[in-house]
Amino acid sequence: MKRKLDIIESTCVPLPLENVDTDQIIPARFLKSTTRDERFFGENLFRDWRYRADGTPEPSFVLNDPRFGGEILLAGRNFGSGSSREHAAWALAGYGFKAVISSFFADIHKNNELNSFVLPVVVSEDFLAELFATVQADPATRVRIDVEAQTVTSLTTGRCEHFELNAYKKYCLLNALDDIDYLVLQQDKIESFEKSRQHAL
Amino acid sequence: MNTLFDKIWDAHVVQHVDGGPDQLYVDRLYCHEVTSPQAFDGLRARSLRPLRPERIFCMPDHNTPTHDQDKPIADSVSKAQVDALSRNAAEFGLTHFGMMDPRNGIIHVVGPERGLSLPGMTIVCGDSHTSTHGAMGAVAFGIGTSEVEMVLASQCILQPKPRTMRIRIEGTPGPCVTAKDLALYLMQQLTTSGATGYFVEYAGSAVRGLSMEGRLTLCNLSIEMGARGGMVAPDEVTFAYLKDKEYAPKGADWDRALAFWRTLHSGDDAVFDKEYCFDAADIAPMITYGTNPGMGMPVDGAIPPEASPKALQYMDFQPGERLLGKPVDYVFLGACTNGRIEDFRGFAALVKGRRKAAGVTAWLVPGSWEVYRQIVAEGIDQILAGAGFELRQPGCSACLAMNDDKIPSGKYCVSTSNRNFEGRQGPGARTLLASPLVAAAAAVTGVITDPRTL
Repeated sequence: MKRKLDIIESTCVPLPLENVDTDQIIPARFLKSTTRDERFFGENLFRDWRYRADGTPEPSFVLNDPRFGGEILLAGRNFGSGSSREHAAWALAGYGFKAVISSFFADIHKNNELNSFVLPVVVSEDFLAELFATVQADPATRVRIDVEAQTVTSLTTGRCEHFELNAYKKYCLLNALDDIDYLVLQQDKIESFEKSRQHAL
Repeated sequence: MNTLFDKIWDAHVVQHVDGGPDQLYVDRLYCHEVTSPQAFDGLRARSLRPLRPERIFCMPDHNTPTHDQDKPIADSVSKAQVDALSRNAAEFGLTHFGMMDPRNGIIHVVGPERGLSLPGMTIVCGDSHTSTHGAMGAVAFGIGTSEVEMVLASQCILQPKPRTMRIRIEGTPGPCVTAKDLALYLMQQLTTSGATGYFVEYAGSAVRGLSMEGRLTLCNLSIEMGARGGMVAPDEVTFAYLKDKEYAPKGADWDRALAFWRTLHSGDDAVFDKEYCFDAADIAPMITYGTNPGMGMPVDGAIPPEASPKALQYMDFQPGERLLGKPVDYVFLGACTNGRIEDFRGFAALVKGRRKAAGVTAWLVPGSWEVYRQIVAEGIDQILAGAGFELRQPGCSACLAMNDDKIPSGKYCVSTSNRNFEGRQGPGARTLLASPLVAAAAAVTGVITDPRTL
């Protein structure tokens, strides 16, 4: 859902696994819903890692570890690979995450997070490793993400990194606007493009 | 610069958004039942209608059962999703190939075979395997549901332009080495993130030598290397495939289109951001041992000692272990990866005169009704029946198990689909990705077998 993202300051949930695919974030059997009920998807976030086959929580999974919580997910490199299902981003939002910090995101999922108002923050491998270490050593570690300044700061160590975000998308996040708001205002340009095309297929 | 990808992308840029992505015009949007309902809801919430309904084609494929499609879907939740697509298409005036429509099937099989996916087009769908359509010489990529809504509303999408990569495969592949093996080899070489941020053009004599079906398989798996899409420059193989297809241009329009399509290739001076070259002779029939498609090896190889312990624990394999001779519980032939006529021809040629192994459950699922009809017309169904195999009705089926075709927990399935992620074919299911030939060899022997030895 559209929401304003400017400052996110929170503790973090560490998931130090690489290549987490969207089938793990939200398994296909939960994609049958025809509504965008983010709470439903959030309840099933990481379903098969989070719960055992009998439905009881898997205590070794980080979402069931009472020491960790917060609005920021720390994830290993190549987060969100595989399926294009935006339900994965909705599940992250529905669970309560506002940002995911990783060193590398899969393309489609990264767009889906942005379009679902969950901020994908790319940091260096080195900073990510430091964040995992500090959060695991002290789950009370807080991290501050400043969208306007495009910075992410560990409030424990003071280390700060700049992250990429194009000016257009930043404006959207700061003002709770989405791409459809923008595109429907471009109809004149779309029609003139259609008229001027050399090879319309 | 001056790549095939640049030519097509640049010709579709409506404008460069200030400080942001490109606004790209979309020639074709495909909608299936899983990733579209929330996009249609979004349109209604904003009181919008599709801007160019004639460019949009809808069909259910993920939830469809592979038997008794003439009866209502038993699973009420699946039925609700399939019905929602039908209602949305009717409400918004979109073409809909519903269940039992002779044109229905998996979107990525139907689009090319109906002539809806054409060279030079931009094509999107809320499905990562939209990369398949790049085989026609198009820029085709998977998108999320918000992006589906964007295209419905404006026939455009906002996208940062990806970088370009060319992968050449030169030489002649050895016996039993198919397009699927080329792709599994590339994923093993490049890993599942090796092409992230890139759009791939496949080239080289081994790619040129592929049939249209083979090219579709190769491009289908581009996303499994992380690429936004993959494409093959259109040539006589493409044009012969498209001629007289239902939605392909006809008469003078065909001649005009053909003249344009012949210009669609990378220039001799084209510069790619990244280039790879592989020798087809180095590629063997492949199989995966792990839980992402990059965890592959030659079918007669051994699991690398450094393989991910988490993946091997899930698969119950050991580092260094060989898979030849391992018992197989299920075989799945189908999916947008390998559900085309050539895949069934290959599978049938190998099982002809043999019998399905007693312990194996085999699901043979054509990618579309068109493929189904071809199978029957060529007598392949008789060969399969003679070997103890039954043909099912078309759909995505066990590739992602959204219908009843689920692999039970702990069971091994040699699958011609595209993903071996944990739980992909059902909770606890263990997937070994392979070509139709490796799948056929497992189906008749009951164990993982090198098809070259049969």
